[in-house]
Amino acid sequence: MKGWMGKFKALFLLSSLALFLTGCGKENLTALVPKGYGAKSSMDLIILTTVIMSFVLLAVMIFFVIVLVRFRKKKGQEDYIPKQVEGNQTLETIWTIIPIILVIIMGVPTVIATFDLADASKADEHINVDVTGNQYWWHFDYGEDEFQTSQDLYIPTGEKVYLHLKSSDVIHSFWVPSLSGKLDVNPENENTMFLEAHEEGVYWGKCAELCGPSHSLMDFKVIAVSPDDYEQWAKDMNDFDPEAKPKDTVAQEGQELFEEKSCMGCHAVGSSPVATGPNLTDFGNRTKIAGILEPTKENLVDWIQDPEKIKPGNEMTGKYPSLSDDEADKIAEYLLQLKPTDVAPESASK
Amino acid sequence: MSVAATQKKGFGAMLWDYLTTVDHKKIAHLYLAGGGFFFILGGLEALVIRIQLIKPENDFVSAGLYNEMITMHGTTMIFLAAMPILLGLMNAAMPLQIGARDVAFPFLNSLGFWLFMFGGLLLNCSWFLGGAPDGGWTSYASFALTSPGHGIDFYVLGLQIAGAGTLMGGINFLVTIVNMRAPGMTYMRMPLFSWATFITSVLILFAFPALTVALFLLMFDRMFGSAFFDVALGGNTVIWQHLFWIFGHPEVYILILPLFGLFSDVFATFSKKRLFGYTAMVFATMLIAFLGFMVWAHHMFTVGLGPVANSIFAIATMAIAVPTGIKIFNWLATMWGGSITINSAMLWSLGFIPTFTIGGMTGVMLGSAVADYQYHDTYFVVAHFHYVIVGGTIFGIFAGLHYWWPMMFGRILNETMGKITFWFFLVGFHLTFFIQHFLGLMGMPRRYWVFLEDQGLDLGNLISTIGAFLMAIAVIVFFINIIYTAAKGEKSSPDPWDGRTLEWAVETSPPPFYNFKQLPLIRGLDPLWIEKTEGKGKMTPAEPLGDIHMPNGSILPFIMSIGFFIAGFGFIYHGDHAIWYLALYGGMALALGCMAVRSLKDDHGFHIKKEELEREAD
Ligand code: HEC
Ligand SMILES: [Cu+2]
Repeated sequence: MKGWMGKFKALFLLSSLALFLTGCGKENLTALVPKGYGAKSSMDLIILTTVIMSFVLLAVMIFFVIVLVRFRKKKGQEDYIPKQVEGNQTLETIWTIIPIILVIIMGVPTVIATFDLADASKADEHINVDVTGNQYWWHFDYGEDEFQTSQDLYIPTGEKVYLHLKSSDVIHSFWVPSLSGKLDVNPENENTMFLEAHEEGVYWGKCAELCGPSHSLMDFKVIAVSPDDYEQWAKDMNDFDPEAKPKDTVAQEGQELFEEKSCMGCHAVGSSPVATGPNLTDFGNRTKIAGILEPTKENLVDWIQDPEKIKPGNEMTGKYPSLSDDEADKIAEYLLQLKPTDVAPESASK
Repeated sequence: MSVAATQKKGFGAMLWDYLTTVDHKKIAHLYLAGGGFFFILGGLEALVIRIQLIKPENDFVSAGLYNEMITMHGTTMIFLAAMPILLGLMNAAMPLQIGARDVAFPFLNSLGFWLFMFGGLLLNCSWFLGGAPDGGWTSYASFALTSPGHGIDFYVLGLQIAGAGTLMGGINFLVTIVNMRAPGMTYMRMPLFSWATFITSVLILFAFPALTVALFLLMFDRMFGSAFFDVALGGNTVIWQHLFWIFGHPEVYILILPLFGLFSDVFATFSKKRLFGYTAMVFATMLIAFLGFMVWAHHMFTVGLGPVANSIFAIATMAIAVPTGIKIFNWLATMWGGSITINSAMLWSLGFIPTFTIGGMTGVMLGSAVADYQYHDTYFVVAHFHYVIVGGTIFGIFAGLHYWWPMMFGRILNETMGKITFWFFLVGFHLTFFIQHFLGLMGMPRRYWVFLEDQGLDLGNLISTIGAFLMAIAVIVFFINIIYTAAKGEKSSPDPWDGRTLEWAVETSPPPFYNFKQLPLIRGLDPLWIEKTEGKGKMTPAEPLGDIHMPNGSILPFIMSIGFFIAGFGFIYHGDHAIWYLALYGGMALALGCMAVRSLKDDHGFHIKKEELEREAD
């Protein structure tokens, strides 16, 4: 008996310790610290169901331990034959009725929340963004405002932003754990959800449906800025002049190379409704390159020279003429200077 | 074929015997061996997965290979390890439990096994032929259509062939239980394991056709240019998800219900008490099976089916907790007031209770649709289904193996090693999977080849990997135990546990191939126990000693399955080169030819003469 309990205890202590050390996860990534409407809604239900079910678990465990302590075969009574009980109506009714009541307690708020989160009737009064999932990047088209971004989605805080999700290839799933639960991005129909961030911040987003070798590298960000900043950002993005020349010559050469080496065929700088590759209008402000790399020039050159090594199976590999390091360097210089606005990820963490 | 001739034989004769056997007990051995083999494969794949995730941005395996690993781990464990081992246990115990001499269709039984085996081998051939399937065990249509190479084709044909075998097994068990119960063995006197086999077979009967259809549609899409799931041509990928889960959800009950039955038998036996609330247990099992068909869309809460569908499926899902709760409490009540012996079989059954309850607890939590928007497709779900499938099915399989090993092989598995296995596995299991609940909520989706640095996921993953190795040690000890027991294990009497049900009422251990010389007369629930406490201590025969009619063995099922196996390659490669049509038509001809032979040639089996049986008794 000692051994039993001892091992359970050790197990319990070890896992609690582990939990304590890891805490609730990384802020603005973890679902355990909700910072948006949807995530809060889910968290409330997570807590409710966990608490109720923990009581059930506790009841089972108490019952279990008593049985194990009291009813082990006793020394000297090896031949003891216990009474053969058929059942007990009252007891069995009790443990049928109580779970039914618990299910009702959990079911009602679930239904209410389900309908609440699915309500898109007021979408026209808010910002609407068309989100396209692609192997392995995200595209955000701000509809009436004629501009697009990729990888980084900017939203104002304190307001519902409606997202219309659709995939250009296979099924993906749009998940920003700290802001909201996930919704699938299907190729055949548009799914609508909303995000409402309660506070400013750069929130991690992830693809949650297996979509190919680089599924685990399909990260993106939601950047929630103050409504004022958002307005400024939208204005700057709208005013962006695609013809503008960079100031220094290296970057200018980079810009020419960008056209020459057919990067332009897939990547728009400035507004473009079709997107076979990420829109690079505000690339200089990106939180990450290709969703995962720190935005340094070195990393960017690495990406341009060999995207396959970084994201296996991506759609850019092999679709453009090879570049010398020098050329890649110039393009990188150009791309990193694409900062049409001062509203950047840093604005969200003031 | 004389009775004595079955005793000592050379290897060749033994091999031939197993290739042609239609005896449910030998087919059980085959299922256990086949399932055990694939269990090791699936386990190795699991270790590769955990090694890859031991630290952030690891590159132990490439992204493509990783996706193949997760796909094959899941597919192998469910279709090629858990299912066959369960079918093996059912074959071993159910006919004995209901007092039958064999299953209703012994030939089909053998065919079912060989189809499973060759389907599994076909699927695993993909490793050597350009890459295994990589779409996850669910193989969602949009990605499965675009996945290059032949991996997914192997998945489709391998599962189609193996699935046909399972379907046959299910039908066979149904007919057996309906028709072949011994005199007096009414439905409400059947042991819970036989009940569970019956209900599971119903689930197989209704669930597997959905998979068959889904696989055919995918096969047409990939190999014959149709467009059921191809959105560009007007297809729809959500249909795959519906078909898959209409099969897939009942499938998880197919995996767990037999063990619910087994645990009921084990708890009763080792507490020396009748099962508490037998009737409620039977109806709870039926209710779980019924509800199991009503909840498939809880795997699809995030697909965008709308709030009405999500609400209905959420409530239905939570409702399953009610019959499951009844079962848990009735098991505890069975032990209450008993005289409990704790050996390996019982340890696994006891370990099941807290483990499975945690799995059930997270199951209800997952049922809350809006909460599921967070859990879905994350490590939380991975943790949940391992708690129920490992904590229920695998714990149950270990319990069943320890419990029935004496009946199957005439020897008792070593207790010390049994306990070592249990404790290593239990600790390893919780170490691996408990933390994964939190990893999921902390933002780690499932099927992630790598997790990035600095996301707070490092420690949890490391702990999880350590746990996986403890489980591996446990499994290794178990296999050593099997070898040790085969060589030096303690010989068992036919009734080593002071059993209550008919499988312990046979004359020898393992039982003679005709099971019962005279069919026993059943006087109530726990028939052997009744005779022990109120009767003569052994079963009363229900018939005078007479000739016993037995089926002949046949090699046809084996050849037929090879035919399908060859045809499988033909289907997969016919698009690459016309020569493969040869394999396609040749394989099908072989299989259909065997069917023709089987249909046209009368085989009436043989009789064991009364005199022979009498002689043997001396
Ligand atoms: C065939 C179309 C195509 C061509 C041509 C192409 N790219 Fe890409 N590019 C993509 C795609 C698709 C991605 C997204 C990859 C991913 O993350 O999976 C991408 C990603 C990028 C990114 C990261 C974007 C971000 O938002 O983080 C950069 C930078 C980039 N490409 C630069 C270039 C340059 C420079 C060239 C020319 C030398 C080029 N691309 C040519 C398709 C293309
Ligand atoms: Cu994706």
